[in-house]
Amino acid sequence: MAHASQKSLLNAALIGPALLGAVTKLDPRQMVKNPVMFVVEVVAAFTTLLFVRDLVTGGQDLAFTGQIILWLWFTVLFANVAEAVAEGRGKAQADSLRRTRTETTAKLLTGAAAAPGGPRDAHRVVPGTDLKVGDVVLVEAGDLIPSDGEVIEGVASVNEAAITGESAPVIRESGGDRSAVTGGTQVLSDWIRVRITAAAGSTFVDRMIALVEGAARQKTPNEVALNILLSGLTIVFVFAVGSIPSFAAYAGGAIPMTVLVALFVTLIPTTIGALLSAIGIAGMDRLVRFNVLAMSGRAVEAAGDVDTLLLDKTGTITLGNRQATEFRPVRGVTAQDLADAAQLASLADETPEGRSIVVLAKESYGIRARDMAGLNATFVPFTAQSRMSGVDLDGSSIRKGAVEAVIASLEAAPALVSVGATARVLQPRLDGAAAQEIRAIAEEIAKAGGTPLAVARDGKLLGIVSLKDIVKGGIRERFAELRRMGIRTVMITGDNPMTAAAIAAEAGVDDFLAQATPEDKLALIRKEQAQGKLVAMCGDGTNDAPALAQADVGVAMNTGTVAAREAGNMVDLDSDPTKLIEIVEIGKQLLMTRGALTTFSIANDVAKYFAIIPAMFLAFYPQLQTLNVMGLASPQSAILSAIIFNALIIVALIPLALKGVRYRAVGAAALLRRNLLVYGLGGILVPFAGIKLIDLAVIALHLA
Amino acid sequence: MTLIGWIQIALFCAVVLALVKPLGLYMTRVFTGERTILSPVLRPVERGLYRLAGIDEGQEQHWLAYAGAMVVFHVAGFLVLYGILRLQAVLPLNPADQAAVAPDLAFNTSTSFVTNTNWQSYGGESTLSYLSQMLGLTHQNFLSAASGMAAAVALVRGFSRASTRTLGSFWVDMTRAALYVLLPLCMVLTLFYVWQGMPQTLGAYVDATTLEGGKQTIALGPVASQVAIKMLGTNGGGFFNANAAHPFENPTALANFVQMVTIFAIGAAFTNVFGRMVGDERQGWAILAAMAVLFLAGVVVTYWAEAAGTPLLHALGLQGGNLEGKEVRFGIVASALFAVITTAASCGAVNAMHDSFTALGGMIPLVNMQLGEIIVGGVGAGLYGMLIFVVVAIFVAGLMVGRTPEYLGKKIEAKEVKMAMLGILCLPLMMLGFTALAAVLPAGLAGPANAGPHGFSEILYAYTSAAANNGSAFAGLSANTLFYNTTLAVAMLVGRFFVKIPALAIAGSLAAKKTVPASAGTFPTHGGLFVGLLVGVIVIIGGLTFFPALALGPIVEHLAGLAGQTFATGG
Repeated sequence: MAHASQKSLLNAALIGPALLGAVTKLDPRQMVKNPVMFVVEVVAAFTTLLFVRDLVTGGQDLAFTGQIILWLWFTVLFANVAEAVAEGRGKAQADSLRRTRTETTAKLLTGAAAAPGGPRDAHRVVPGTDLKVGDVVLVEAGDLIPSDGEVIEGVASVNEAAITGESAPVIRESGGDRSAVTGGTQVLSDWIRVRITAAAGSTFVDRMIALVEGAARQKTPNEVALNILLSGLTIVFVFAVGSIPSFAAYAGGAIPMTVLVALFVTLIPTTIGALLSAIGIAGMDRLVRFNVLAMSGRAVEAAGDVDTLLLDKTGTITLGNRQATEFRPVRGVTAQDLADAAQLASLADETPEGRSIVVLAKESYGIRARDMAGLNATFVPFTAQSRMSGVDLDGSSIRKGAVEAVIASLEAAPALVSVGATARVLQPRLDGAAAQEIRAIAEEIAKAGGTPLAVARDGKLLGIVSLKDIVKGGIRERFAELRRMGIRTVMITGDNPMTAAAIAAEAGVDDFLAQATPEDKLALIRKEQAQGKLVAMCGDGTNDAPALAQADVGVAMNTGTVAAREAGNMVDLDSDPTKLIEIVEIGKQLLMTRGALTTFSIANDVAKYFAIIPAMFLAFYPQLQTLNVMGLASPQSAILSAIIFNALIIVALIPLALKGVRYRAVGAAALLRRNLLVYGLGGILVPFAGIKLIDLAVIALHLA
Repeated sequence: MTLIGWIQIALFCAVVLALVKPLGLYMTRVFTGERTILSPVLRPVERGLYRLAGIDEGQEQHWLAYAGAMVVFHVAGFLVLYGILRLQAVLPLNPADQAAVAPDLAFNTSTSFVTNTNWQSYGGESTLSYLSQMLGLTHQNFLSAASGMAAAVALVRGFSRASTRTLGSFWVDMTRAALYVLLPLCMVLTLFYVWQGMPQTLGAYVDATTLEGGKQTIALGPVASQVAIKMLGTNGGGFFNANAAHPFENPTALANFVQMVTIFAIGAAFTNVFGRMVGDERQGWAILAAMAVLFLAGVVVTYWAEAAGTPLLHALGLQGGNLEGKEVRFGIVASALFAVITTAASCGAVNAMHDSFTALGGMIPLVNMQLGEIIVGGVGAGLYGMLIFVVVAIFVAGLMVGRTPEYLGKKIEAKEVKMAMLGILCLPLMMLGFTALAAVLPAGLAGPANAGPHGFSEILYAYTSAAANNGSAFAGLSANTLFYNTTLAVAMLVGRFFVKIPALAIAGSLAAKKTVPASAGTFPTHGGLFVGLLVGVIVIIGGLTFFPALALGPIVEHLAGLAGQTFATGG
């Protein structure tokens, strides 16, 4: 859904429902959640009542009063439109999700059939909604997975396009880190036995729908605080405006209620009040379009505050696998020989490392791939015991593997080698000098961040293939950017400290944690948090779960285990760990947009005072005309222009609220200076121009 | 405006600035319990006091306990003072045979001195006995000031501490503020003032025969000692009705200058205490810079307005500045400067009648107080008032750097914002609310001496001064009535404690938080950008609220004056 829904900000199809939504949101029970706009609605309703009374009894300036009241209602409606538009974009996504949740049936396995290895044909077909947590179902090729679960047996390719928008199928298998399956996705081949982990109604898709629709939206801590500030300001203006009638009475004048209400509504922070929830919804929506699901708004906010980013080396900082970069022969062996032996040993090795050796041999020494069958070769696969792999051909054996493992094997088992037809001699034990030399090379490579792989032929060490982690292109720049944002990056790796240090230096991370165990990770997070820092990390394995839960922002990969997905407070549907960086930016953008519009809203008040105060008191203090710096035509046009500006600015800022203020990693001081200039100073100046222009229009149209 | 005038202003600023660091260092040592130069003498006294009162010096308090101790302490102080005023006729040291103070006036006066306001609905020499002045008022002058300093120190600890529940001990902070800071400085100042010619006697009033042969009673008393604390503690309550305009209360130009400096001395140095205690003196300088910007703006406007004089008099051929209500010996610049200082700093002592200033010249003192007495402000109170604005400014603008707002490593969250808004809210409620009431009720309308906008300004000034705990009067208002005595007392109480207690609540909440280390993502709060931001927020949030009221008072009066109109009748 996500990739397909990169819609324009204000899609025509969204406007209609949004307008309807804006009207239904006038319900005071809904409005009360937004204190500022609720107050506007109350005064609008109150002045409407007064207006109706005046209509009946006959009052003065009915046309003017009527227009003010109309714009009061528009102010409320525009706020609702902003929220409805923001929600509308989520609704469209929710609808496409909901289509995946059509009635499914499940092949329930019970008794012995439920256990791994049990009979598969003894299933009972039940409706998907009847499934309970702990039930075991069979899902075969073509079936929709009925609910969220964990694969307990089998391997299958699954099409998860329904939730990720990615059409390429993914592998799901029991054990390991790819055991989680999501309800609503489809098994394309093979079969799996799945234990259900989510009850109907609380599956991943259900949660996604609730999230994107905003139904599960709760005010975030910062939103709560901002609402307190806005309510406080509203009360201040109640005092400021509420005391005016008495002041005017002292001066011998009277101010019409509508004018007081107009001043009040223009002064209270309606702009930010109207757009606040739209900003929050849009922030979540931006994440969803990035294919990241935040389980709460709190997590998005925390992302903006992150001080420390823990990144797994593999897959995030480096390309998934190590690649061969160099052949380093020992003395007396040519690089060509070493490359030839290494290539032979790797021909049948289907691991990425193995393939990269073949590629390097071809590129550097022009050694073409050979046909294993034609060579009459037998492949010796890697085992955890030998920690070597290789090939036996024509009585010759080639081995490659960890340096110490290869050396140890040569020392322990001097090979019997046939010489000629009859004579069999015992090959001399490993030459100590060669071992020493090979260790020196190995250490040199390790220091530079590489992994040495020793190659031996017939008990003789030939040299070393240097395998290296390839740091992703552009990652260094990303880290530099993060540093400018004030975020420290820590690389987590299982490598030894020497290798880790070299890669850390190459990638430009600030720190690294080598030979990291899950416990180390958790300890590191706790340590950072104890210093008051907020930590973000991503992970996929079950052993990542504690750290994911402990981190302030824990992004679980969608490919990960159920445990990991439960522990994190965000799920990345694309399973791309580098996205943490974007998530942080989105969090920052959300907070910035809030701050910018609040500043703008408050700064606007200066011009509004200058528009309304002289107009209000002109009848009894004509001297105050001097304060009419905008030269507004008449008291009525001034007041009307101010309230129209106040309503229209909400509409004008909806796109900004939805799109967000752009974040630039230029350091906090520069960022603040820029935003203060644009939204603070701009907020003071723009309404002077805006109100003047509206005043001209109001006069031209004879509205006042 | 004259060069010599500007030199006086510059000299004043230079002397205050020069005092900030040494006094700041000394006070920091006092409040952190380190050894100071006076410790050998005062430490035994301090320990003795604790033993006497049964205070465990090491026992720190949670913010609620701290605030509770403060409230209990002030309630007790209030009752004692009220008792003295009511019973002064039968108590000793009453050579002028003053009668008991009326209940509403005693309530007003007690509240006024307990809240560090020192609003005076009475004339000192015609109402109070020496005992009331010395034991009642001077004693509260010390304690209300010390309590303000204690609250400020507690708030600073909120920023400087992390993950703790306590803010220090109110009793210890109070004692140290009074014993180490106020008392020694006042002793020196008292001697200085006596040298300058201020009376310091318990003798009776003197009868003199004037040149015309008439008899004149010259009021005397322990003036110098009260003037010392009145300025240093930003109290402002004069010994005489004419306050610092009285030749006995302000005998020389030098005494006038020293009084002005001492009004600002502790308040300005407190920014340095703040900086030192949070471990970065620049933070204190930034706060002081924001105060300085607002102060200098006020000085320039007031000096300009007073030096420019009144167009109405110019039209009659009377050129020159406005000298009405000013002591000729101080002149325009020392009067204008004094007025801005005393209202910026919540002192309230006056050496000229603010009522007689030009419309704009009188508006600046009004605005200074409406901003909440945060331009240097009352001792301690100025700092905590300013930090409340800092919380709001940081909250609004801090978001714009893309982090939840933080100041000095402390996250500003819902609780801090709530308390800060409460502290900000109560001032317009008291100032505008009571003015609105008085502007329509007959009891209120009976007060002002003038008609039209000026009369309105007189009412507005009274409530503004009370709620801001300034205590200066615009004169012209007959405030010794049941209505004004009571409502002004309420304004003083709310203006003091509904700012101070929220400030302590903020302190408690901040102290409990972790301190987030600064990074490139946190925006620096010691530069010009922050100062500008803070000033902007203070003017827009603190100041604009009063724009309608100011428009109907001084602004319209000024504009009418330009047009040659007066408001002599009606009202």
